[in-house]
Amino acid sequence: MISGAEIMVKCLEAEGVNVVFGYPGAAICPFYDKLYNSSIKHVLVREEQNAAHAASGYARCSDRPGVCVATSGPGATNLITGIATAYTDSIPIIAITGQVRSDLLGRDVFQEADITGACEPFVKHSYLVNKTEDLPRVFKEAFHIASTGRKGPVLIDIPIDIQENEIEEFVYPDEVNIIGYKPNTKGHAIQVKRALETIKSSKRPVIVAGGGVLSSGIKPKFQLFADKTKIPVISTMMGIGVMPSDHEMYLGMLGTHGRAVANRALHEADVVIVCGARLGDRAVASPHQMSENTTVIHIDIDPAEIGKNVKTEIPIVGDMKNVLNALLDGIGDYEVLPEWNATVKEWKKELHKEPPTFDGYVEPRTLVSHLSAMFRSKAILVADVGQNQIWCANNFRIREGRFLTTGGMGTMGYSIPAAVGAKFARPKRDVIVICGDGSFQMSMNELATIAGNNLGIKIIIMRNSRLGMVRELQDKHYGKRHSATILEGDPDFLKIAEAYGIDHAEAHSNEEAEKIIQGIVKSDKPFILVCDVYPDTPSI
Amino acid sequence: MQYTLSILVENQAGVLSKISGLFSRRGFNIDSLAVGVTNNPAVSRITIVANGDEYVVEQLEKQLNKLIPVIKVKRLDGDFISRELILIKVHCTASKRSEIIQTAEIMNAKIVDAAQSCVTIEFCECTNRINTLIDLLKPYGIREIVRTGTIAVDRGNTALCV
Repeated sequence: MISGAEIMVKCLEAEGVNVVFGYPGAAICPFYDKLYNSSIKHVLVREEQNAAHAASGYARCSDRPGVCVATSGPGATNLITGIATAYTDSIPIIAITGQVRSDLLGRDVFQEADITGACEPFVKHSYLVNKTEDLPRVFKEAFHIASTGRKGPVLIDIPIDIQENEIEEFVYPDEVNIIGYKPNTKGHAIQVKRALETIKSSKRPVIVAGGGVLSSGIKPKFQLFADKTKIPVISTMMGIGVMPSDHEMYLGMLGTHGRAVANRALHEADVVIVCGARLGDRAVASPHQMSENTTVIHIDIDPAEIGKNVKTEIPIVGDMKNVLNALLDGIGDYEVLPEWNATVKEWKKELHKEPPTFDGYVEPRTLVSHLSAMFRSKAILVADVGQNQIWCANNFRIREGRFLTTGGMGTMGYSIPAAVGAKFARPKRDVIVICGDGSFQMSMNELATIAGNNLGIKIIIMRNSRLGMVRELQDKHYGKRHSATILEGDPDFLKIAEAYGIDHAEAHSNEEAEKIIQGIVKSDKPFILVCDVYPDTPSI
Repeated sequence: MQYTLSILVENQAGVLSKISGLFSRRGFNIDSLAVGVTNNPAVSRITIVANGDEYVVEQLEKQLNKLIPVIKVKRLDGDFISRELILIKVHCTASKRSEIIQTAEIMNAKIVDAAQSCVTIEFCECTNRINTLIDLLKPYGIREIVRTGTIAVDRGNTALCV
């Protein structure tokens, strides 16, 4: 005989899971009891939302679903923001929640919440398991759904009696058969042909690369395509890292907070090849950002994204991997007209400006642009949300590493827990967090997770004692009335670091900051660097 | 633009709320909805009638297709048969009874119950003809109306199945 809880652990093992992020509670206790003696490492976070963010960071760096666990009621509802973040950013995570006894469902007993109902709009799929026998199938399907097609979070809600009940034996299914879920991964041959013809006859083509390029694991092929065709590449925020920032074909991030050269190239382009991006409002605020005669080729695994935000002439529904291979096969020796590249390069030079510095302060954009060279080439930078996100997106010179941030949902407090996940996925890589003093305080409780597991994450706090992004908005649109954007009562972050036993320092100039960083890059211990930033430093 | 969607779904708990949620969270109202099991007991068919422009309908079709328990989505836009069932309780004094019975007969509706001061009429037809009957009965005083959602099927040989 085998209990549901033991089956849950065995299912995770069968899926190759070796780390889960979570927070226990009464309704998930049977599972935690079986986890105790398993090969799976459990990382105890300090608040459930961060378990979901950690799972997201883990998933993005390991290319397999991240797993987070919480108890029923408040544990489950605390997960929601993390699940919603993973949904908007299309990150595969499995959220496992305990639930009250199935015969008590709907009676509002202690710590009961309808979590499958509450998460409905932002899960790819969810299960409320009502038979122990169903657990193996549900887990198999959940991992399959989360990690195929357009990736996303899947929630499995399991009442405590389902975890306790015993069944005869555990058999993990070899395959899944979900009648309504068969994502189309191969691009339509006729559309691919049309796309090739359009690219070949284009004069000023650009590629817009999104998170889909990264999640399909096609980065090298993608770079090959850009190298071969010499088509300039723009990325969305989720697409940062599709190629090295210093690559000659790369123009940077587009959008309201993007690089001028990227937006200009997009506006002047006659053919735009959108690869695995949904072009949300922060990327293309209005259709006028593109010229009326622009031909849009949109490649995406999710048919619902095509034509949703921009008018598309050539839709290609499929996995980037397959479509890109087909494009590479058919592109021949086509290369962009050299005039177009020369023009773009000219703009790149013309539109670049060095940010000014202020005495006694660190210039964050300059610091971020020097950061990559100080760490190893595969470093993972995790940016939070706010001005710090834009500073990082536009200035981090990514090489072979990753840039993690929540581009879709924009959840403050993402960076620290996501870095925890990233570090567990890639323990040998440098993991750097950049956050503001606002976002730091949203998840600084996770310093305990970092200290407790001695994770060598380097945290750089850009302290301006402001909620800088909102303040900028108030400057522009609300008559400079700084309603609730001055962070009064901030603690001494160095003392906070000390309280957690984490090494720390403070910097008031770029030279000072860089010197401190150079001193810690080789250490595998966590570190917190607090940089004082001039409060009026703009995002761009 | 009014449109009719036929949706085949896995017959399991929570599917209807997933589908109605897709409409409600975009701020769209559903005009009519009908659910019933098909010849395959594992599969239910949902018929939804709603309003929206081409962009909205296309988005909804795509989003519906993304739901895991949704097997097929079809917009019925050609030649199709649609029916709904209505029960109308009409105020009816002895002096008006024959008039009302006659009206029902003209429309091919059936009187299914009669009481001292009212009759109940059953009518199964397309939305337009049902509305006509309601209009005809209004002058007598309608006491109660119960209406099912529309169900619809394509004419001819084509069949929507798994």
